[in-house]
Amino acid sequence: MSGFGGFLLRRTLGTVVTLLAISVLVYVVFYATPGNVAQISCGPRCSPAQVHQVAEQLRLGDPLYLRYWHFLEGIVAGQDLSTGTSVAHCSAPCLGVSYQDDQQVTGIILTKLPVSLSLVAGAMVLWLVIGVGTGVLSAWRRGRFTERVLTGLTLAGWATPVFVLGLVLMIVVCGQLQLLPFPQYVGFGEDPEQWAWNLLLPWLSFALVEAAPFARLTRAAMLETLAEDHIRTFRAYGVSERTIVVRHALRGALAPVIALNANNVGSAIGGAVLMESLFGLPGIGQELVHAVKVVDLPVVTGMVLVIGFFVVIANALADVLFAVADRRVVLA
Amino acid sequence: MSLVDVSGLTVEFGALRAVDGLSFTLEKGAALALVGESGSGKSTVAGALLGLHRGTGARVGGTVRVAGTDVGAASEQELRRLRGAGAAMVFQDPLSSLDPYYAVGDQIAEVLRVHGRISRRAARARAVEVLDRVGIPDAARRARSRPHEFSGGMRQRALIAMSLACSPDLLIADEPTTALDVTVQAQILDLLHTLREETGMGLLLVTHDVGVAAESVDEVLVMRHGRQVEHGPVADVLGRPAHAYTRALLDAVPRLDARRDTSVAGDEVVLEATGLRRRFGRGRRAFDAVDDISLTVRRGETLGVVGESGSGKTTLGRMLVGLLEPTSGTVRHDGRTRTGTDPSVQMVFQDPVSSLNPRRSVGESVADPLRARGEKDERAVRERVTGLLERVGLEAAHYDRYPHEFSGGQRQRVGIARALAAEPRVIVCDEPVSALDVTTQAQVIDLLGELQRELGLALVFIAHDLAVVRQVSDRVLVMRRGRAVESGPADRIYEQPQDPYTRQLLAAVPALDPALAAERRAARREPAVA
Repeated sequence: MSGFGGFLLRRTLGTVVTLLAISVLVYVVFYATPGNVAQISCGPRCSPAQVHQVAEQLRLGDPLYLRYWHFLEGIVAGQDLSTGTSVAHCSAPCLGVSYQDDQQVTGIILTKLPVSLSLVAGAMVLWLVIGVGTGVLSAWRRGRFTERVLTGLTLAGWATPVFVLGLVLMIVVCGQLQLLPFPQYVGFGEDPEQWAWNLLLPWLSFALVEAAPFARLTRAAMLETLAEDHIRTFRAYGVSERTIVVRHALRGALAPVIALNANNVGSAIGGAVLMESLFGLPGIGQELVHAVKVVDLPVVTGMVLVIGFFVVIANALADVLFAVADRRVVLA
Repeated sequence: MSLVDVSGLTVEFGALRAVDGLSFTLEKGAALALVGESGSGKSTVAGALLGLHRGTGARVGGTVRVAGTDVGAASEQELRRLRGAGAAMVFQDPLSSLDPYYAVGDQIAEVLRVHGRISRRAARARAVEVLDRVGIPDAARRARSRPHEFSGGMRQRALIAMSLACSPDLLIADEPTTALDVTVQAQILDLLHTLREETGMGLLLVTHDVGVAAESVDEVLVMRHGRQVEHGPVADVLGRPAHAYTRALLDAVPRLDARRDTSVAGDEVVLEATGLRRRFGRGRRAFDAVDDISLTVRRGETLGVVGESGSGKTTLGRMLVGLLEPTSGTVRHDGRTRTGTDPSVQMVFQDPVSSLNPRRSVGESVADPLRARGEKDERAVRERVTGLLERVGLEAAHYDRYPHEFSGGQRQRVGIARALAAEPRVIVCDEPVSALDVTTQAQVIDLLGELQRELGLALVFIAHDLAVVRQVSDRVLVMRRGRAVESGPADRIYEQPQDPYTRQLLAAVPALDPALAAERRAARREPAVA
């Protein structure tokens, strides 16, 4: 296969293989470790009978590869889970059951995921605008006062811990000025306006801190592209500096920005614990911390898989974006 | 009023005076070449004509008038109007001079839209028109291709098309053919000639290659250290140079008809390759970079290997040294088949800048092969390296200096000293002088000749420059697409070439005599008419 279609096919296959590899790794780490997996999964307060039942559901009697196959089957096709007295169907993607909460893991994640996605999506838009904008401006105004101010602000942004900035903003904006409400998550489906209004402050604090690396990266990449020969060509043909910066230099500088963004988005979905805790947003990060604290093994496993899924997908999307931006990638 | 009027132009970068009081004029429709070696300031002059030094920190003095615009006094807006519409520039490296992200046609259309009120569609149509004009086949379709889908020659044609887009009065070409193969160079120079005849635009050609100038212009201005050395009609300057530097420059230019002076070739075979083949890539993308090449090299002999880019000469050289294993075929020397590298076959690389470690002193670099052979005695190492440095025309005190402190020619001498350190019997030189100015080139070639006579070295001299190869070689191998097109004694190959490709290559080399150049251009044009 060649051309863009072939590239997409190769990249998709690569993504699937990576996801499978992650699932093997996660399964082995959590379910093939020494110790009584059934006891750990069930929690410290389980009776021996309950532990026995969990052991059966996890098919601990089977060899490891069969157990993994069963686990994978659940994710792809769903499975029936017997709780002794009744049989509950767990539809695909089935990540098992939290024995401590007596809830399906998929359900737990699905209630938390919209919160995390909302937070990251909005913050991403802002950090791209602020970060890339700052980077472009400071490359363009290199050596002038504007650049020095922007570089200083970038450094400050880099050095500020997210909880400090968030806390200060919250006290000032919500407490003293009362411009925004103290954030409280409202579903997008319930009331889009309140959703945005409540998330505005978390978005802004998250983005201000995350924008710093983008600003630096964009500035460096822009300066590199601006020194290239083809930029000189367009200068020598009377193309205005603004067109050169926006149309030619920024285009060339986008590749590393796309890559960094993929990494940030992927890890922010599960890793924005500080943000979520600070603003009281019930997202994936908070739930993961809770599950780890009470050693709720199925929930931890499921969460780690979901976070891994987003990191891989974000990177795959970035690769496709690369190829759309620069067709030479397809050839490599 | 003249098309270009430069008077007392001075350009300074910090403490360096790159151009020093240069004055010249160029009339409408005329062609002038600025000729000089690297660092002579010729490209700086070209940039000054378009005001490209503005905002770079360079200090520009004197006055420059181009197509009625006073470049020094013009506003940003007036300058932008001049650039592209009044005077357009073609750059040296067609690989990097176009934006890799946009279709070639769109880039030309963009320039058009900067300079006139013209719809997107009309700009695209005009782009196709100029691409067709410069000989891009199937221009309507190729206008949508990105630069990486074009060959080097096609990219240079596309850049020339861009320069034509706004019908400028002046074309400034800064080393337009330096990165191209000799046959493609001839095509581009012919194209520039035809375009000039048709449009009546003036040409300012910047080049280090006297032959290229002889082919293309009416007048020549020789530059050195930012100053004018000599200025006059091309036939006078090249035929009856008045200035000693011009004479030295012309003498250093390798000529196709210059035979090798003395040969010290012996009979003993020191290197023998049989059926060498090297395949790169897999499946349908696989290709043979070198395809069934056999050769022998004798003691004291120089074998020249010539070919255009992609002909497989470097791959061949690397296999001879053992840096690359052949896919099939054998390399033998001293009667045994060799795998991997061997001290008795050494290499001198093309780029003296990147083939020396910038963080180590040159003495240490030259000492590497000695240490690799197990020499432990530091005093002996230093003594031997000092001897080698002196042997290649450097000084003992240079041992502790770093590569950036040396000129290109000196660095190549270090490279040669390093190759000599292992006491080789064969040295494979891969384009050893192509990065050097002609006068430096001549010195390095002389050095290699001396060493050969003294030490009985066998040389494999790989180069794209046919004249240089003629000058140094006893026998010549002509390569094309991985295969040997023709091989034999140098005189026979150059005086009675058998293969049509060899003939084509030789015919494409620029002649130093403008009259002969015009004659050959006419000859090249005839088959196209027929």
